Amino acid sequence: MNRFAAFLDRLAYEPGRNAKVRLMADYFRATPDPERGYALAALTGALSFANAKPGLVRTLIMERADPVLFALSYDYVGDLSETVALMWPAPPAHMRPNHAPLLSEIVEGLAETPKRDLPARLAAWLDGLDDTGRWALLKLITGSMRVGASARLAKTAVARLGDLPPDEVELVWPGLTPPYADLFAWVEGRAERPETNDPVPFRPVMLAHALEPEDFAGLDPADFSAEWKWDGIRVQVVAGRGEDGVHHVRLYSRTGEDISATFPDLAEALDFSGALDGELLVRKDGRVQSFNVLQQRLNRKSVTPRMLKDFPAHVRAYDLLVEDGEDLRERPFAERRVRLEALVARLGGVDPAAARLDLSPVIPFADWEELAAARADPASAGAGPDADAVEGVMLKRVDSLYVPGRPKGPWWKWKRDPHTVDAVLMYAQRGHGKRSSYYSDYTFGVWSAGPEGDVLVPVGKAYFGFTDAELKEIDRFVRNHTVNRFGPVREVTHGPDEGLVLEVAFEGLARSTRHRSGVAMRFPRIARLRWDKPPREADRLEALEALIREG
Amino acid sequence: MRPEDLLRPTPRGLHCPVGDFYIDPVRAVPRAVITHGHSDHARAGHGHVLATRETLDLMAIRYGENFAGSTQAIAYGESVEVGRVRITAHPAGHVLGSAQMALSWRGLTIVASGDYKDAADPTCARFEPVPCDVFISEATFGLPVFRHPPAATETAKLLNSLAVFPERAHIVGAYSLGKAQRVMALLREAGHEAPIFIHGALTAITAYYETQGIPLGDVRPATGASKAELAGAVVVAPPSAITDLWSRRFPEPVTAFASGWMRVRARARQRGIELPLVISDHADWDGLIASIAATGCSELWVTHGAEEALVHWAGTHGLKARPLHMVGYGEEEGEDTPPAPESEAS
Repeated sequence: MNRFAAFLDRLAYEPGRNAKVRLMADYFRATPDPERGYALAALTGALSFANAKPGLVRTLIMERADPVLFALSYDYVGDLSETVALMWPAPPAHMRPNHAPLLSEIVEGLAETPKRDLPARLAAWLDGLDDTGRWALLKLITGSMRVGASARLAKTAVARLGDLPPDEVELVWPGLTPPYADLFAWVEGRAERPETNDPVPFRPVMLAHALEPEDFAGLDPADFSAEWKWDGIRVQVVAGRGEDGVHHVRLYSRTGEDISATFPDLAEALDFSGALDGELLVRKDGRVQSFNVLQQRLNRKSVTPRMLKDFPAHVRAYDLLVEDGEDLRERPFAERRVRLEALVARLGGVDPAAARLDLSPVIPFADWEELAAARADPASAGAGPDADAVEGVMLKRVDSLYVPGRPKGPWWKWKRDPHTVDAVLMYAQRGHGKRSSYYSDYTFGVWSAGPEGDVLVPVGKAYFGFTDAELKEIDRFVRNHTVNRFGPVREVTHGPDEGLVLEVAFEGLARSTRHRSGVAMRFPRIARLRWDKPPREADRLEALEALIREG
Repeated sequence: MRPEDLLRPTPRGLHCPVGDFYIDPVRAVPRAVITHGHSDHARAGHGHVLATRETLDLMAIRYGENFAGSTQAIAYGESVEVGRVRITAHPAGHVLGSAQMALSWRGLTIVASGDYKDAADPTCARFEPVPCDVFISEATFGLPVFRHPPAATETAKLLNSLAVFPERAHIVGAYSLGKAQRVMALLREAGHEAPIFIHGALTAITAYYETQGIPLGDVRPATGASKAELAGAVVVAPPSAITDLWSRRFPEPVTAFASGWMRVRARARQRGIELPLVISDHADWDGLIASIAATGCSELWVTHGAEEALVHWAGTHGLKARPLHMVGYGEEEGEDTPPAPESEAS
């Protein structure tokens, strides 16, 4: 574990893609099975430990450290796992376990440790590791490991051990499980290519590039098919009969995470054999609900019958990757679309699946102006009552093959313009992790009439959208204009003539009882700093309320 | 008689009213006692300076021969009477020439340790705990998250990276007085014999270390070296130089930084460091509390750094403790202060 941790630590600091691949390939080459396999699993997100919560980590350190020193340290470091890893009181050498635990021992141990024994087991591992080892272990078990290396990059490094193209590894990947001894044996030329016998494997998804205005010049409308970009969750639905004769249905997120358990209502309703690409939505009363409604269903461990009834899940299909064992990814989009339409039609009719699966319609257009008009007003361009769930349009070349990754050219996404509002910075909070010494979380407000004249009411909080240079500028403003401190939060000057105006972009608004202003923003981010604008000219709450009424 | 009768914090620095001198004053004073040569402790323009020979030499290198009206050298173990106060110098283990100044008067002893570390360092004499009534400690790394690993494991990290990326220059940011020379000496101890290239700002001090019998091997100026020479080489530079235009001349540089702050990942990331090396010239948390305990003091005064945590620790261990809230230390780029962006002033 210590060696894996040191490697991970180095990887996390390395900014260059090629250097990252090299570090990973070096590690895989120099590390025996099954250690390297579990390392690969950690890098690709294939390990998950449901039992360990940050609360457990906090309890362990509180039993061993002075609470005041812990609080001061946590405030300084800004990250729980790291703070605990650094200040963990290691026992004297003669009382330490006689060897540092291996990654494989930890992975296998976590799988077999009952929940009640976990604190003691974890403490013993922490005692046996060095500080980097402790950091990696705590990050792993709390699920907050971020080393800036994608699963794709890790597979690229594996492919490099055998001079294979990375896609070769992608192709066999779906059927493999940690610690991947068969995969390493194959890339190193010691064994045959592993066969997959998973009847419902994930296929790496194809992603679109964001379309910029200047891109249109090089694009011919006749080459493209357009459809709505739905504001839901991209899913891959894979269904099929296994060797055991049982019909399996699996729902994957776009990163390949199996999310079937959260949506049992869908899994039951989709009776076909193949893999399709679509958007997960909540459809109720004959219309697609907003993302806020869908959120009620996400990240739930257990799904109550009530939730199933109140928020019925739905898949709106837009591509067909595999049908009855036939891989369609090498066929052009137009052909796949015809097959998809036939499949959805077949599943419709008396089949109850009809209510759970439908087709994402194609938007007819002759030129970019016509498509722009549809994008601006989806309701009258075919989206009808579902227009609220449209966040733009997708453009797909009719001849595009289904290629994993984000190839530039075949697919484009053209989002609707976000809403913006000019708001005044009211409070700033220090960030965590990389930003732990910066004031990087901003609460902003708009004007509203109060009993004694206009006052600012907070309408949202944003912590991204700005550049590193802008972050420094805002941070300096916050430090120089603090009027009050509440722990890590500072209140800054905000009056009609003094203060900082932020142009905040957001995707949508909803009524909220949690916020004093009565509105909640979806996906707010800082679009621009308006140093030029006096706060008195910032927007008013009435403008936001009008937006909700229009919506 | 209270310890404050012998030594008290003032805006100019710690003042001894009995001998009428200041320790590491931040402004020009008639009589100064200087613990070590870092510019936030050793300033130019004092009337008279008492310090070790090495510290006086280093001040002359930095500020010119006329940095003070007059000077007086004190050796480790030597005592000097100033007024009715006896001042004795002891090694502080921080950088070459660094000294703890023990002040004795009417049976009372106060040790002003300046900056110190208890870990071994091939470039300076090792810290000695000095029995005293009041120990004045820094608290730069006064939080239990700061535990510096053995320096050899950090140099091994650097040498390992050189082996994985033999075509890339490895630029190591290190404070120009002390840390830079220590990094070079550590690399030599680890068996690294290749030429080490240095930034121009390190030339004079590095040459001085060599004259004091600290061999640093084949050290060459980075300026003028060819890309082929710099590929796979270690380049040592002041921290401010490693991310500025100066570093662009190097082939695909790996930026390393040798500092105790590198222990905290966010600090390394904020500076864009790819290879953090936790090598510090200050005591870590364990070092601070072990050193304080070893003095047998009954009272602890804490100068700069994480005073709150160290004072809290002292309180839970039966020691009378107070923060001195000294200002003016860590204003120059040095390890006393966290690397930019600035940490909280509050």
